[in-house]
Amino acid sequence: MLKLEKRPSPSQFWSRATPVLAVVLTMIAGGVMFAVLGKDPLVAIRTIFWDPLFGEFAWYLRGQLLVKAGPLILIAVGLSLGFRAGIWNIGAEGQYIMGAICGAAVGLAVYPTDNRLIFPLMVVAGAFGGWAWAMIPAILKTKFNTNEILVSLMLVYVAQTVLAMASTGFLRNPEGAGFPGSRNFSSYPAAANPELIAGSGLHWGGVAALGVVVAGYVLLQRHILGFHIKLSGQAPRAARFAGVSPPKLTVLCMGIAGALAGMAGLFEVTGPAGQISIDFNVGYGFTAIIVAFLGRLNPVGILLAGLLMALTYIGGEMASTNLGLPSAAIQAFQGMLLFFLLACDVLTNFRIRLAKREAV
Amino acid sequence: MLRRTLLATAALGLGLAFGGAAMAQDKTKACWVYVGPIGDLGWSYQHHQGLLAVQVAYGDKVETAYQENVPEGADAERVLTQMALSGCDIIFTTSFGYMDATNAVAAKFPNVKFEHATGFKREHPNVSTYNARFYEGRAVMGTIAGRMTKSNKIGYIGSFPIPEVIQGINSSYIHAKKVNPDVTMSVVWAYTWFDPAKEADAAKALIEQGVDVILAHTDSTAPLAEAAKTPGVIGFGQASDMLDYAPSPRVSSIVDNWAPYYVKQVGAVLDGTWAQTDTWAGIGDGEVQIGAITEAVPAEVKAEAEALAAKIASGEYHPFTGPLNKQDGSVWLADGVVANDGELAGLNFYVEGITGDIPK
Repeated sequence: MLKLEKRPSPSQFWSRATPVLAVVLTMIAGGVMFAVLGKDPLVAIRTIFWDPLFGEFAWYLRGQLLVKAGPLILIAVGLSLGFRAGIWNIGAEGQYIMGAICGAAVGLAVYPTDNRLIFPLMVVAGAFGGWAWAMIPAILKTKFNTNEILVSLMLVYVAQTVLAMASTGFLRNPEGAGFPGSRNFSSYPAAANPELIAGSGLHWGGVAALGVVVAGYVLLQRHILGFHIKLSGQAPRAARFAGVSPPKLTVLCMGIAGALAGMAGLFEVTGPAGQISIDFNVGYGFTAIIVAFLGRLNPVGILLAGLLMALTYIGGEMASTNLGLPSAAIQAFQGMLLFFLLACDVLTNFRIRLAKREAV
Repeated sequence: MLRRTLLATAALGLGLAFGGAAMAQDKTKACWVYVGPIGDLGWSYQHHQGLLAVQVAYGDKVETAYQENVPEGADAERVLTQMALSGCDIIFTTSFGYMDATNAVAAKFPNVKFEHATGFKREHPNVSTYNARFYEGRAVMGTIAGRMTKSNKIGYIGSFPIPEVIQGINSSYIHAKKVNPDVTMSVVWAYTWFDPAKEADAAKALIEQGVDVILAHTDSTAPLAEAAKTPGVIGFGQASDMLDYAPSPRVSSIVDNWAPYYVKQVGAVLDGTWAQTDTWAGIGDGEVQIGAITEAVPAEVKAEAEALAAKIASGEYHPFTGPLNKQDGSVWLADGVVANDGELAGLNFYVEGITGDIPK
């Protein structure tokens, strides 16, 4: 008989090994699912995990990996700080949308002025938009003790409505013949966020993501604030004795996450998406929650998790077009990844023992 | 030994993949991008029927591929690029929101033909657009709605406030009003093409307002499923026949029949005669079909609706014929004047009598 025994402290080894184990288990279970669907599991797994990196069109897809992973990493690093401190910001999607709207509005307000300062200003406005949207649940929590999970989540739907208003109203392209959507930033170079090296897929959002990973790592390892964040998550009472003010920490963590999500939105709207449109958001804010946990709430882990998530998206698309796999199967495959990760977490906190049968 | 077997399997897999790619070079490859799942039983389902018709028409000469659930925006651009890279000769992009992505990718692949449904941008010689005159079908549905409503309240679930949808709203209202001067219409915006939960909520909201005839401009069967819960409420099949809900609540339907167009365009690629076009076909061309009117509708109403459809098909009657005023009371079309296509393609106002505003 197998028996679970709680470890005195979480295992360092398993904490690092479980993501890898989860990926392997996902490949096996996913392979079985693909086989049941009548596809060759080896070809399917290779199409998802190998082809985007080393296949025939890797030169294009590797760049796309950065495009997709950039916003995920940027948002996830911000979220991970709060998650470590036990502050649950679920509304990054809304902060992402509001950042995109605020930043785009600044750029469109000065259209068609040409000035080097426009883009940096838009980035600041984007960060501000996300920050301000995150401040609503943060302040409601600290002043009225509301639940930040609910408030931040509900504000996503408000943000989507504001986005619809923006693209059919105050940010609509005046030369767009009445169609919803703002001007396309690709035709406004001063406010655009193009690829930095043609074909690389790397734009300022990717650079910012890398910067944030380094900053996040330093913050958590070397800075007193990082220590306070970790302490509040592990031992809230001890944190209070150590002089950590929970309201201050809430405002800070929510603010950082909001600002980063807002920046991600701005980089996306001025770069890959190109314009504010009604359905501009595609769920990066929600997927980033998965990425944050997949990366063990550790900035370097999040970098890898973001790239892995992007790989399943892009490889999944390839598998879907080339092998005719239904998109629901790809979503199920991604779901398995999270499922196995959470399941494998048992190994971090528990030890599996072979229990001897008691003598009668 | 085991390692060698693994390597051999991998090599075999690679060989198969390359063999497949080489074979694809000889055949013409036609590809489709769908905004929803092919199982939506509406819009995307109907486009997929067109793909199946192409398979039947050309058999081994044409290879087909498709990708479902592709978000409009940055993801669409990547999917299109992947398709163009993987050897598609003609790509049908079947949602309005793919417009900029289609043109952007078309610029990079001048030898691949692109066909964008319901859009208006043809920035490159290898981009065609095609659309159906859904408003002709709406005129027929509006007539039935006006005759069938007992509460004199009809409802319309709008997807996005774009000209195609506004045409449908206006056409439905004009023809309901013609047969029933007391009729009023409420419009609910769902801001989605496919989201059964949101569509059901919209239908529920309309029914709670006393609406007993629902027209939908979204892609799923959810509004009909919702209508089925309340006796006396009827609706129509949208994009597809949706016969599962006949004879009531589904009393008739607008069926998009893309098959003839797809067969024709893929044929043009096969024989090398493909050229840029802008197609807008209606009931007369068989692209818009009126699904069977069920026994839930009185015989004289059915005859009236069918007569209207016949008059539209023959070109004797245009659904937008003056006298018609704009919502603000100003003259749009003088007596006997017919709206021109350019005007309809950019339609961004309601006709007189519809309450509420188009989201601005």
